[in-house]
Amino acid sequence: MIDLLKKATRYRRVKIFQRGVPFVIMVVGVNGVGKTTTIAKLARYHQQRFNRSVILAAGDTFRAAAIDQLQVWGGRIGVPTIAHQPGADPGAVVFDAMQAAHNRGADLLIVDTAGRLHTKYNLMQELTKIRRVMQKTVPEAPQEVLLIIDANTGQNGLRQAEEFAKSVEITDIALTKLDGTSKGGIAFAVTKALGVPISYVGTGETLDDLTEFNAETFVDGLFFEEHEGEIE
Amino acid sequence: MFESLSDRLQGLFQKMGNRGRLTEKDIDDAMREVRRALIEADVNLAVVKEFVAAVKARSLGQEVLRSLSPGQQVIKIVHEELIHLLGDEQVPLGRASAPPTVIMLVGLQGSGKTTHAAKLGVNLRKGGQQPLLVAADVYRPAAITQLQALGKQVDLTVYEEGTQTPPPRIVQNALRVARDKGNGTVIVDTAGRLQINEQLMEELEEIKRVAAPTEILLVADAMTGQEAVNVAREFHARVGLTGVIMTKMDGDARGGAALSIRRVTGVPIKFLGTGEKVDAIEAFHPDRLASRILGMGDVLSLIEKAQSQFDEQQAKAMEQKVLSGKFDLEDFLNQLQQVKQMGPIGQLLEMIPGLGAQARKQDVQVSDDDLKQIEAIIRSMTPEERRNPQLVKGSRRRRIARGAVGRSTRSTRCSTSSSRCRR
Repeated sequence: MIDLLKKATRYRRVKIFQRGVPFVIMVVGVNGVGKTTTIAKLARYHQQRFNRSVILAAGDTFRAAAIDQLQVWGGRIGVPTIAHQPGADPGAVVFDAMQAAHNRGADLLIVDTAGRLHTKYNLMQELTKIRRVMQKTVPEAPQEVLLIIDANTGQNGLRQAEEFAKSVEITDIALTKLDGTSKGGIAFAVTKALGVPISYVGTGETLDDLTEFNAETFVDGLFFEEHEGEIE
Repeated sequence: MFESLSDRLQGLFQKMGNRGRLTEKDIDDAMREVRRALIEADVNLAVVKEFVAAVKARSLGQEVLRSLSPGQQVIKIVHEELIHLLGDEQVPLGRASAPPTVIMLVGLQGSGKTTHAAKLGVNLRKGGQQPLLVAADVYRPAAITQLQALGKQVDLTVYEEGTQTPPPRIVQNALRVARDKGNGTVIVDTAGRLQINEQLMEELEEIKRVAAPTEILLVADAMTGQEAVNVAREFHARVGLTGVIMTKMDGDARGGAALSIRRVTGVPIKFLGTGEKVDAIEAFHPDRLASRILGMGDVLSLIEKAQSQFDEQQAKAMEQKVLSGKFDLEDFLNQLQQVKQMGPIGQLLEMIPGLGAQARKQDVQVSDDDLKQIEAIIRSMTPEERRNPQLVKGSRRRRIARGAVGRSTRSTRCSTSSSRCRR
């Protein structure tokens, strides 16, 4: 089983950060899986670990106060957030953010998107459109499309992954809320079905609660009751 | 991928076909299908076992073995047992003997508490109450702003004290305000928390102590897997739940978590959240969810939706027109509008028994954009053309196509002929 997941890790592509070209991470997922929180953690991770300059894009213009939520995080970690008014066209926000990232020479742009159920055809189409907008500025963007999956999710997680993969090319998976009692077994099914790696694991509400995925500790967590040691 | 249980059972019994009577082994095979379907629907394993045992006992009884259509009988039993497990009938919200009635929303992060605080507020106001929303989530960034934005949107008062006051104190003060201002109901939006977070669970107990809520509703995501049981059990043990709101039911999750939660807590499911808009909340009906878990469609909800949107008199007038052959594009446009008001087309199709699975299998994508196209074309016609589409030829067709932006003349032809077919 560890082998299976290790194989999944091998799907991981080498991420190329080019000088002068912003590396764009597009974050997608259904409602309430923890996209915005994960973005804050991810920004912090790139900042601290690789000393990269980061910009955030508030692409969730739909949910009440989603923009404020991202801005609060941005303020806490000292990262600029590009945002429009609530209800604005997410494509326009992303376009501006791409320009800003380019002009300011940012290493990394992380784009938040509104949570959407994978069954909503129009909303899934919107993701495809946002991706096109990114490619106007940087043809190879988004270099990373991160699908967030809640560890508490059941069989539906697989449907989510499949549908999101149809609209945007998923490159990575983040499994969130693994600090609860759920073991996140659905991650197996998802990584196998999509052939993309689980790259990150979210384990709490503070900025440092994001780790790179480790197959062995994950599988140990699945089988052993003892919760400590599941996550380093 | 999710073939509906009822389809599967039908198939199974058809294969057994003309052998006349069913044997116990046939029933066992059927029960295996039931078990698989329930597990795929995320029902907890222990609950599945118990459930299957109950269904099997009944299926082995006379009513099935003697029946001419045993498949139907077994499905009926499964359906009935599901309804029974889900609580037989709908349970309304309780009211406190002396106002205000306090409703506390609790649950994991991201299950939809804040959104449902607003939805519930709107729903209760329809019943003549004047709810006060209380922002008691001081942890998640912008959670208070979110509740305020929602409150403003639906015109409900939100009580908040920023993020520095401890939540139990906020709630206490909110109750005083509610009494002064005469709010009959207070809805408390608490922070999302893990059921194993000792400190936050103690905070919930404290809020409960000061607020003496009539209702403590667990807000649970319909997509939750096996974990639902642990979450519900622990929340119930700590604060004593009185009901459940299942959210995100507008997705394609079967919602088996509802069964598990109901079984381990014994408390009724009271509402379903069915979308991101503030009116997307429905009272819970066990029979409808049972049908959904079985993949039998949800005709009743569809009918209700239709009833709330369609104007009966208009419908009668329309009927007259169709009968007398005077149904024209103008009327067609009218109908299109009404269907659109019921919600996204894809969601409506899901509710039609059999069609939901069918549509998924063949990957039929009915998008609202298609309807918009047709609408744009009709709107580009003159009233005369709408009444008499035969007029639309050559240059008229080109003009309409230009009007409908980017539509080729060919799809204009399609549209006019589809109305001709109708006659």
